[in-house]
Parts: sequence; structure tokens; C-alpha cells
Amino acid sequence: MQTLETPPDQREIRAYYTTVDKVFRGFVASCALFSLLVLILIAAFLLYRGFEIFSDFGFGFITNSKWDVGNPEDTSTAVFGIAAMLVGSVLTASIAILFAVPFAIATALFIQYYAPKSLRTLLTAVLDLVAAVPSVIYGIWGYVVLLPLVEDWSASLNKYLDWIPLFAVKTPIFGRSPFLAGLLLAIMILPIVTSVAREVYSQAPRDLVDATYALGGTKWGGIKTVVLPFGKSGLVGGAMLGLGRALGETVAVYLTLNLVFEVNFKILASAGGNVASLIANKFGEATAYEIKGLMAAGLVLFLVTLAVNFLASVIVSRSRKIV
Amino acid sequence: MTTYQVSNVVPAPRRPWDQSRATAARVLALVAISGVLGWFITNFTGLSGFLGWYVGLALTLPILAFIGSVRHGWNMASDRFATAVVSVAFAAVTIPWVSIIVTVYQKGSKAFHSKYLTDDMRITPSSDLLQYGGVAHAVIGTLVMVLIASLIAVPLGILAAVYIVEIQGRFAKMVRFLTQAMSGVPSIVAGLFIYATIVVFFGGFSAWAGALSLVILMLPTVARTSEEVLKIVPDELRSASYALGASQARTTFRVVLPTVASGLVTAAVLGIARVVGETAPLILTSSYFVATSTSLSEPIASLPIYIFSSLGLGDDNATTRAWGGSLVLLGVVLVLFVLARVISSRLTRK
Repeated sequence: MQTLETPPDQREIRAYYTTVDKVFRGFVASCALFSLLVLILIAAFLLYRGFEIFSDFGFGFITNSKWDVGNPEDTSTAVFGIAAMLVGSVLTASIAILFAVPFAIATALFIQYYAPKSLRTLLTAVLDLVAAVPSVIYGIWGYVVLLPLVEDWSASLNKYLDWIPLFAVKTPIFGRSPFLAGLLLAIMILPIVTSVAREVYSQAPRDLVDATYALGGTKWGGIKTVVLPFGKSGLVGGAMLGLGRALGETVAVYLTLNLVFEVNFKILASAGGNVASLIANKFGEATAYEIKGLMAAGLVLFLVTLAVNFLASVIVSRSRKIV
Repeated sequence: MTTYQVSNVVPAPRRPWDQSRATAARVLALVAISGVLGWFITNFTGLSGFLGWYVGLALTLPILAFIGSVRHGWNMASDRFATAVVSVAFAAVTIPWVSIIVTVYQKGSKAFHSKYLTDDMRITPSSDLLQYGGVAHAVIGTLVMVLIASLIAVPLGILAAVYIVEIQGRFAKMVRFLTQAMSGVPSIVAGLFIYATIVVFFGGFSAWAGALSLVILMLPTVARTSEEVLKIVPDELRSASYALGASQARTTFRVVLPTVASGLVTAAVLGIARVVGETAPLILTSSYFVATSTSLSEPIASLPIYIFSSLGLGDDNATTRAWGGSLVLLGVVLVLFVLARVISSRLTRK
């Protein structure tokens, strides 16, 4: 029997990519960076087309609320500012978040913890389906079905609560108000906020929930002490995603909000607009100079939603890390 | 010597948290009582209609649930209260969903006639009688644009997922982040971008431009879903392939992707469902055309724009047409979703 004095030298293992693999990896990487290219191109082209507006109006473009083409032949008579639209965007999106988040929490909890197991899969599928209903259908429904209802509600809100400045109006016309648009947006973003919340809640540590049961706690006790604190940052991220959607929504807001170029904080008054619906509204008959103004408005909208989504994904990814 | 008596009866496992029939009866009774109370509230206050009644029910049910169980202590009572609030809120959320489907069906079916799906609006103004015209041009236009968009977005999306999961390159985190950021691009901005590039350079609205704007919106959905799908491929399969001497390219294309082929189809279908109803970008890129057309360099009709433009006219027949278009569009989305579910359930069964 042969014995070895010294262990044999370790065989050298070389890992290298063949030419085929190098080409493959390079090709896939370049395709994957397509999204970067698109994002840069969007910002670059909107800036390029709208640059004249920014240099002509400076900060006035954001602080001024007038949108007037003036004499179509003479661009110096035009005044463009999107302050009213920015206020409208923020107002409608805030109303949407305000209504959507509590209901989203309840819906997510119901689906994850209260509904029977067989119903859970079905409801998750329904949630995905409702999230995919096109915004134009939400818009037409909001315009035809929700509008008369909200008109009634607005009238009674105004009747009993008009001492609150938010619910006061100059003339009692309640039609297509920020309140209506905000409610519709709430209904539209609810599925996405809910599905993020549900996913986060489903990852809540089961052993901690069981521990609360073992200590004689109730279901609500477990949810209140374990699930809700656990899902807090995930919920914030989901709400931010919804906020991004609500800020950028076009058609539904176009159909349910009167476009009026004045800063309006009275949510029941039939005046407002958001940046996206301004673009859709003015695009059809716009002059060349006005198109530039719309491009500039688009760039502002793009940057705002990008910032909101950036924050959202940072928050969501941080909440995942805890798991 | 002690003797033990062993019972032959094996005790059935009991689950105290299961709902018993008594609980179900109690819950039903509670809902019935608050339903009646809701009806009283409707009658004595300004609230009205089904929604008013529901508000009444939603207000009384949690209070009744609390009062009914307060003799068992604070914990039990607050648990019942929370259960009632969560259930009532969930039911409230489903009201608009049901309302949307019912309204679209009721109003949309009025626009239907025997040739609604095969006629176009070439010689029919939107306000014309409902037995003329149809949505064929819009359906075909949507199909053309969505088809082109998927031909571009699906491979790109899958490759982005391959980069994140298979190659795990230097930029993997960045690519995932950028895809996320791209999913947040407002649809009108995507349209504005294509307008500023394709439409301006190539002189006019076209099906091409519409399809490209849809690519921007479709890509993130496809990429994210494919990423989730690729992650479920077991590492043993990759190792086995490498051990047999296959290159990474071969492993990806011959082992990994075929394994989850149906999942990738699901990703594509979900991406299509995401963009099939996009309106805002198409206003700025493909515009609208009343006749059936498959020419890629000219304006083309689409279902969302058909709805949107009919709605803008304020005429009764035009509005009914908008609802008809909505019904067709909702049907398309529903079919796509069921398709995605069926395909992905086939994947999970393996």
C-alpha cells in the first residue's frame, strides 16, 4: 500500500468566459441598460424641446399660474406658468392618498388575515385585475357614475361645513372638482397600494404572530403589535408608488376636473387641473411655441414623479432588508 | 404496579380558531340587525340610496360588534370591533369595482349590434344611429400597435431580467432600480417623448410612434415579472449544465429560459394587459383614424382613443359608443388576465 508523504498539489481550476459568453454577456448587458438610455433620452429631449421656455420664463414657469398663448404670431405675448397645475396635481394626489391608504390597509389585512384561504388567492388575482383596468374606463365611470354622487356629497359637505376654508366655495357649483378627481384617483390607486401592503404584511414573522396567540392575545392584538409595525415602511413605499401614479394620471383627471388656470385650494370648487391633463388638453390645438411649453411642463412632471418613485423604491427596498 | 388505561378512541385534532356554526349565525344576526339600523338611518338623515344604507350599516356594525362582546373583556371586544371595521372597509372597496363592471356591461351592451365587432366608423359619424358602425378599426389598430410593442418590449424585458438573475453583472442592482424608475414614468410623458422624437422627425402621427410609446410603458412590467419567474429556476439545473461543459449562453437559452417558458409568456401577457388600455400616450403619437388601417406610417385607430374621442362629443349615441368600446376593452383585459393565470398555473403545477 502506497502512502503519500505530502498531499498532492491542488489542481488549478481556471474559470474563464469563452468568446461566445463574452459576446453574450456584453449583448445582454447592453440590452439591460436600454432602460437607462430611455430615461436619459426622455429627460434630454424634453429639456431640449422645452429649453426655450425655461430660459424665457425662468422660475416664473413654476410660480406663475397663467397659461396664455397671446397672439399666435408673436411669441413674446405668450405667458406660460404651471403653478395652478402643480397645486392641482398635489391637491388631487393628496386627497387620493388620504382616502386610499386607510382602505388599502384594511383591504390588505382582510385578504391576508381575515379572508378564508381559498378566497385569498382569488382576491389577490382580482386585485391584480382591477389594477390593470385601463384608466380611460375609470375615467368614463367617474364622469358618468361618480360625478352625480360626488355632487350631492359636495353640496351637503358645503352646507354643513362651509366654515372650514377647505370646503368653502365662491359659487355653489360642485361639478368637476378636485374632490371628485381625488376620489376617483383614490379608487384607481387603491389596488396597487393594497397589493404592496398585502405583500409586506404576508412577510410578517409568523412565529411572532403565533406567540401573541400563545400568550392569549386576539387576532387584532397580533396584527396591532406585530404585523402593522412590521409593514410600516413597506406601506409608506406602497403609498408613494400610488402617489406617483396619482400625480401622473392623465385621462381620468382630464375627464373629472375642470381645467382652470388659477391656484385653487378649495377642493369642492369646480376648478383645477393637473400637469398631465394640461398636456392632453392643450396638445390638440397648440401652437409651436405652446408645444415647447407643454414639453417643459412634461419635464417638470417627469422629474417630480421620478423623485417620488425613487423615494418609494428606496423605502420599499429598505423594508425588504429587514426581512 | 400501576396500570394505565389506554383509550382506543384517537381524539380528533381540534382547532379552536376555526369558525363554528354558532359564530356564523351570530355574525349573520349582527349584519342583519345593522342592515335594519342602516335602513333607519337612511330614513331619518340626509343619506340616501344604497350607499347611504351602506354607510349606516358600516357605522353600526362595528359598534354592535363591540357592545355584543364587551362582557368578554376589552381585548375580545376590540378584536371584534377591528374585525368588523376591516370587513366593512373591504366590502366598501369592492363597491366601485362591482359598479364599474356592472355599468360598463349595462351601458356598453346597448352599443352592440350584430356587426359591431366587424364594422368600422369609415362612413359613420359618432353621433349616428347605433345600428351603424363598429369598433373593428379600433380593435385592429390596438392589435397592430400592441403586437409591435410586444415584439420589441418582450425580448428587451426578458434580457433585462436575464442580466439581473443570470449574469448578475456589475450593474444588476442599477438595472433593477432603473426598471423600477421606468415603471413610474407617467404615460403622458412617454407619449410626449415619442412625440418630441419620432413624430417630429418623421413628420406626423403614426402607428409606429404609438407602438414605441407603448414599449416604454410595457418594458418595466415584462422585466419585473420575468425577473420573479427566472428566480424560481433551481440552481441545480444551471450547475448541471455547467458541469456538462455548456457555456453560459447555452445554459441560459437551452436550459433556464425553456424551463420557465410559460412564466415568460405570463410576463408578456401581463405587459400587454398593462398597455392595451393606455390612452394618454396614443393621443400624442398615433392619433386617431376612422377607417380600418394597417399602415404603420399613418395615424391609426385604437380602442382607448375610440372611447376617449366618442366621449368628448357629448352626444348620447357617441357616449353609448364610448361605453361599447369600454366593454370591448374590458373584455380584452379580462381575457388577457385569465390567459396569464392559466399559463402561469401550468408553470406552478410542474
